[in-house]
Amino acid sequence: MSKLIAFAAIQGGYKVVSQVEGELEKALQTYDASTKVGFPNTAYYLPVIYSLTGLKVETLEDLKKPMAFARGLLPPHIKLKTWLPYLGPLLDAGMAGIISYEIKEALRYLYEPDFYIAQEDPDVENGKIWVGAADDTILRKRGVEFVDGSAPGFAAMVGAAPNKEIAKMIVEDYQKRSLYIFCAANHNGKTLIQQCLDAGMQIGWNTRIVPFGPDISSAVFALGFANRAAMAFGGVQPGDFKTILKYNKERVFAFVNALGDVGTEWGVAAAGCVNWGFPTIADTEIPEILPTGICTYEHVVAPVAHEDMVQKSVEVRGLKVQVADIDIPCAFGPAYEGERVRGADLYAQCGGGKTQCTELVKMADMSEIEDGKINLVGPDLDGIKEGGTFPLGIFVQIAGREFQEDFEPIMERQIHHLINYIQSIMHIGQRDISWVRISKAAIEKGFTLKDIGVVLHAKFHQDFGKIVDKVQVTLYTNPEDVDKMTATARENYQLRDARVDNMKDEDVETYYSCTLCQSFAPSHVCSVSPERTGLCGAYNWMDCKAAFEINPTGPNQPIEKGECVDPKLGQWKGVNDFIYKASRGAVTHYNFYSMVVDPMTTCGCCECIAAMLPGCNGVMTVGRDYSGDTPCGMKFTTLAGVMGGGACSPGFVGHSKHNITQGKFILGDGGLLRMVWMPKMLKDELKDRIVARGEEMGVPGLFDMIADETVGITEEEILPFLKEKGHPALTMESLV
Amino acid sequence: MAESKKEKAPKVCDPKEASIDLGTQELLARAQKMGIDTVFDRAVNMKPCAIGMQGICCKNCSMGPCRLPLPKGGIEGEDNRKGLCGATANTIAARNFIRMIAGGASAHSDHGRCVAEVFLSAARKETTAYQIKDTEKLIAMAPHLGVATTVEVDGETKDREIDEIALEVAEVAIREWGKPEGELLYLKRAPKPLYEKWKKQGVLPRNIDREIVEIMHRTHMGVDQDYKNLMKQGTRAALADGWGGSMLATDLQDVLFGTPYPLQSEANLGIMKEDHVNIIVHGHEPILSEVIVAVAQSQEMLDYAASKGAKGIQLGGICCTANEMLQRHGIPTAATFLQQELAIITGACDAMVVDIQCIMQNLANVAKCFHTKLITTHPIAKMEQDNVIHIEFDEHHALEDAKRIVKMSIDNFANRGADVMIPPYKTKQVAGFGVESIQYHLGGTFRGTYYTLNDNIINGRIRGIAGVVGCNNARTKHNDGHIKVVKELIKNDVIVLTTGCNAIACAMEGLLTPESAAVHCGPGLAEICETVGIPPVLHLGSCVDNSRILLAATEVVKAGGLGNDICDLPAAGSAPEWMSEKAISIGHYFVASGVYTVFGVTLPTSGAPVFHDYISKEMEKIYGGKWDLEVDPIKHAHLMIAHIDKKRKELGIDKARERVMMDMASRQALEA
Repeated sequence: MSKLIAFAAIQGGYKVVSQVEGELEKALQTYDASTKVGFPNTAYYLPVIYSLTGLKVETLEDLKKPMAFARGLLPPHIKLKTWLPYLGPLLDAGMAGIISYEIKEALRYLYEPDFYIAQEDPDVENGKIWVGAADDTILRKRGVEFVDGSAPGFAAMVGAAPNKEIAKMIVEDYQKRSLYIFCAANHNGKTLIQQCLDAGMQIGWNTRIVPFGPDISSAVFALGFANRAAMAFGGVQPGDFKTILKYNKERVFAFVNALGDVGTEWGVAAAGCVNWGFPTIADTEIPEILPTGICTYEHVVAPVAHEDMVQKSVEVRGLKVQVADIDIPCAFGPAYEGERVRGADLYAQCGGGKTQCTELVKMADMSEIEDGKINLVGPDLDGIKEGGTFPLGIFVQIAGREFQEDFEPIMERQIHHLINYIQSIMHIGQRDISWVRISKAAIEKGFTLKDIGVVLHAKFHQDFGKIVDKVQVTLYTNPEDVDKMTATARENYQLRDARVDNMKDEDVETYYSCTLCQSFAPSHVCSVSPERTGLCGAYNWMDCKAAFEINPTGPNQPIEKGECVDPKLGQWKGVNDFIYKASRGAVTHYNFYSMVVDPMTTCGCCECIAAMLPGCNGVMTVGRDYSGDTPCGMKFTTLAGVMGGGACSPGFVGHSKHNITQGKFILGDGGLLRMVWMPKMLKDELKDRIVARGEEMGVPGLFDMIADETVGITEEEILPFLKEKGHPALTMESLV
Repeated sequence: MAESKKEKAPKVCDPKEASIDLGTQELLARAQKMGIDTVFDRAVNMKPCAIGMQGICCKNCSMGPCRLPLPKGGIEGEDNRKGLCGATANTIAARNFIRMIAGGASAHSDHGRCVAEVFLSAARKETTAYQIKDTEKLIAMAPHLGVATTVEVDGETKDREIDEIALEVAEVAIREWGKPEGELLYLKRAPKPLYEKWKKQGVLPRNIDREIVEIMHRTHMGVDQDYKNLMKQGTRAALADGWGGSMLATDLQDVLFGTPYPLQSEANLGIMKEDHVNIIVHGHEPILSEVIVAVAQSQEMLDYAASKGAKGIQLGGICCTANEMLQRHGIPTAATFLQQELAIITGACDAMVVDIQCIMQNLANVAKCFHTKLITTHPIAKMEQDNVIHIEFDEHHALEDAKRIVKMSIDNFANRGADVMIPPYKTKQVAGFGVESIQYHLGGTFRGTYYTLNDNIINGRIRGIAGVVGCNNARTKHNDGHIKVVKELIKNDVIVLTTGCNAIACAMEGLLTPESAAVHCGPGLAEICETVGIPPVLHLGSCVDNSRILLAATEVVKAGGLGNDICDLPAAGSAPEWMSEKAISIGHYFVASGVYTVFGVTLPTSGAPVFHDYISKEMEKIYGGKWDLEVDPIKHAHLMIAHIDKKRKELGIDKARERVMMDMASRQALEA
């Protein structure tokens, strides 16, 4: 009966609010009211509170308002007879509980700054298994997976399974379906995370099993993640709670699994989650709420047998997930992409500087190859001793009526993540610097090298069916064969690079749009040209072209450039017409080659954001994995918050890493020669290309003229350095 | 029924046949024993006029009354009936019908005007008894009257002063009754297609009063003699009631006295207490009752009551005053329209305070048999009998007037006779629903939306929505029609919105308790009631509050998934025991807003079959709604259910909804 749930959850609400009020009171007595509180590296303050109320909590004092707000939400208790309506009160009590839990976690960060380990993967050996709130770097990196669909949703799991085998069964099933598993709370002291560890599973953001925290309050991190996605990718304004929550109901496919007895404190959290449209599926006998409305389908379903839990959960949430059905002995899916094969687990490896490991995809004639044929030339793993190394050549031939030579590199790039998707196999690198590590676990399950061929054949057909008719895979493990193949591969790489790198915007009449992120950012439209890769870094012009060929009605559509409005700033009539329509009239025009004058719009997925530094007459750029301060006065995450969401923001532009050294990068504003500051990490990553591009632009020493955080993080700090190095920006015409 | 053998002795009713309510039956027996006649007995003795009932008696000039009864075998061939001037049966029935609309619309709208006047005094701060209480509602309604709620100060948008908003709202609102040009401002609150329909038909009301005046003109001898054209004006006046006078009355009352939120109370005459001073407030306007409530609950009066030997003061309401006091303060409901005399017959009613509408003149005769003070309070509603006390109530002296009334009631406690009989029947009820509170309860502060309701209509748990409203009528068994219709609807998973005396009848039957859902509802509706914690029948207030049903229907349309207009909704209206002209006005504004509306008892149109067909068939093509008549309550409910099913089919929600599993492509296709 819903009444019992309402009764319990409202009680839970009172309990949690009172308890946290006490903790806050105590904190205010212990610390000065101006003491800073907050979660690490985020521009969204305490994200649930900020997103729903617009309140920016920065100090202990600031916690009073949301605390009072939570108290104000608590409804009267439910009468046992002739009761008043309780659905609205129940949801309000739930929200009061969630807000209190977020305050509780903020206080935990204050009291025990080292309770959580602020990194993607926990430090299990040192007992630091809880990672706490996801910072904005993780949010953006992982958020993109939600945006592009490689993570269809998340399961917020509280409590613990009856034993580690059941825990493993459920969690692995979610992994296979590519969902994230956000874990919090304990059941009688047992946690699902500990059970996963006991079952030998790797936990952390990289395997999608996220150990948020051991208490029910830590579940609030899942909601903070979801609401930040609404703000960062959906462009929803903080304080617009209706839109934030509706966004979550419609676009964030999450749900709660309650494993263990649901007491009032879990009850209030579950009621809170219903506000998000996230239903609860429990393994214990609790009252069900089946009518629809706040959630898309049922609100509470119980009791569900453990073996049915995963299927029932995705069904209740209305989520369709494809499980790749590939005939190999190991599990397969994106959740295993981040899994590592550590030294102790290693059975054998190839590449990685120890042996040669090369990958090559070539177009073949239809009559030349046999679909599904997988040739292993040389010994398989059973011929290699534990701890051994071997060379490997992966040669894939594809034939198809619609297949083009231009698609070869696109298909080849898939090899990295496809091999990584195999459980207990790790893949690093690409082309002739690949590295494959095979764990003992995989060998135990019966993994052979041929399985790599099985995966590539199956996935190429599955994902690229429109252009792929036949796939044949040959795997070489004899050193001389691998060397021979590597030589051929290198010739191919060179030809390809020359073709792509030399491709100019002027060479084509058609650009491509990318609205892939419209699942999350409904009004944003990217335009991709040969010299302006998509700002997320994932799609270049060729990718978009191929994507269009593969799926003509998909998110990548051709844009006829049409008449050139401004060759210097990069503006075309055809593009303007397209974006006007695709943005539903919100954006009338933009420039490809300028960040000063009407730059291209930016969504929350961008890899880097460039900003003007007027004091240096130049620009800086910062990547999303750099969490420090920058000379423009804003961290990446603040910048993204300011200018994401599909708006045109002169003075700023989002772009990919790769774009920095492309020929047209802010060329209308002076190009790469304007670049005066980059984070060291990014600069080093692009070193060769920056050097080359600098030479091309007539400034051979450009790389060393660009300041980084070791020089300074304010304009004043870096200006003397720029002067000393004679940075070209200083003598260029005024930027503004 | 037992025929009296004594000559000349009037017949009396059989209490068991007169009402389904036990307390009513017992009090009727008591009245008969005491030789007091009630409306139930008079109904046995006086038959209704058969020609008047058919709607074909014209007394609009002194050449008549012209009576055009239907031939016994019905009309064969051409209908040649006509009055002296040549008026056809259709003309006569249509004139009479829209004069009833005029009567009903003026009752609601004059009530509304009184409220607007008090509101203006409050906004001008000319009275201390009334204040602007619900500022949230004020800010919500202001834009519909074109009143700004923000101001620009140095290029910055700021909240406007509440007092300023209130004053402008008051001034704009009061002009709606008589403004010289334009159209009623609230019409635009209706779904756009409905507004456009009205516009196309030329029935947008210009101001509230004018449409009533024009009815009186057009029905004068020798003016409008085309039933279709007459009905156009009837429509215009009815819309001026529902979307004008009534809606303004509701909104302004909410701002003055607070928007209702769900609360617990009790119903039926059993709420009267033998050891308390019992004050029964009867009528319609909350202007009076609000102040009585405040005064009766004051310590001063409680002390005074104690000094007179009473344990307290028990307030109770009858008719819509009951509903107004209930919705906002949880004051228990004493009785329906037909029980008003019985409240005095308990012998425990120390004062009955009345204002306007539905007050039987016979109350004075009954009061003569007891100690009860019958107090009239409104300048437009007095009684000729000399035992009636008139204390005129005006907003500038409201507190003093109310104190005088309450004090007089307390003083009268000592005069109570020994022979008191309060029937021991009362039921619990949950009332206080409204457009705002329903929205809140469908998802709370953060997710409250009518879509939750729509979703469950679409998935079939709720089959449809019914508005069941209206009076009691002594020509049918008291409350029998109300309860049978409502129970049949909820049994078939139709959720019921109720007002007026239907609401009181449902309360007396226990249908306004959340517990009743599990007992009386179909499985789908029962599950929804269980989930939300609501009764299957939602009490939306008094008869002017039928405007809340119009707005709730509009919210349902806006929430999406169930068409674009009220006439697309799987919904129907009903007044099973109607009697007043107000019911005709309400019925017609529902029809003209697109609602299929079924009346019980009778319709004054049967003598003019062509006209009857026009309003019960043709009208659907014009407005999407139409009239119907069905006396049998179960058939009555099934006519409504059949209409609901028809609409479900048209919407394509007559089959089980499929579970859509969203993949990435379907997510990308989501609208922004």
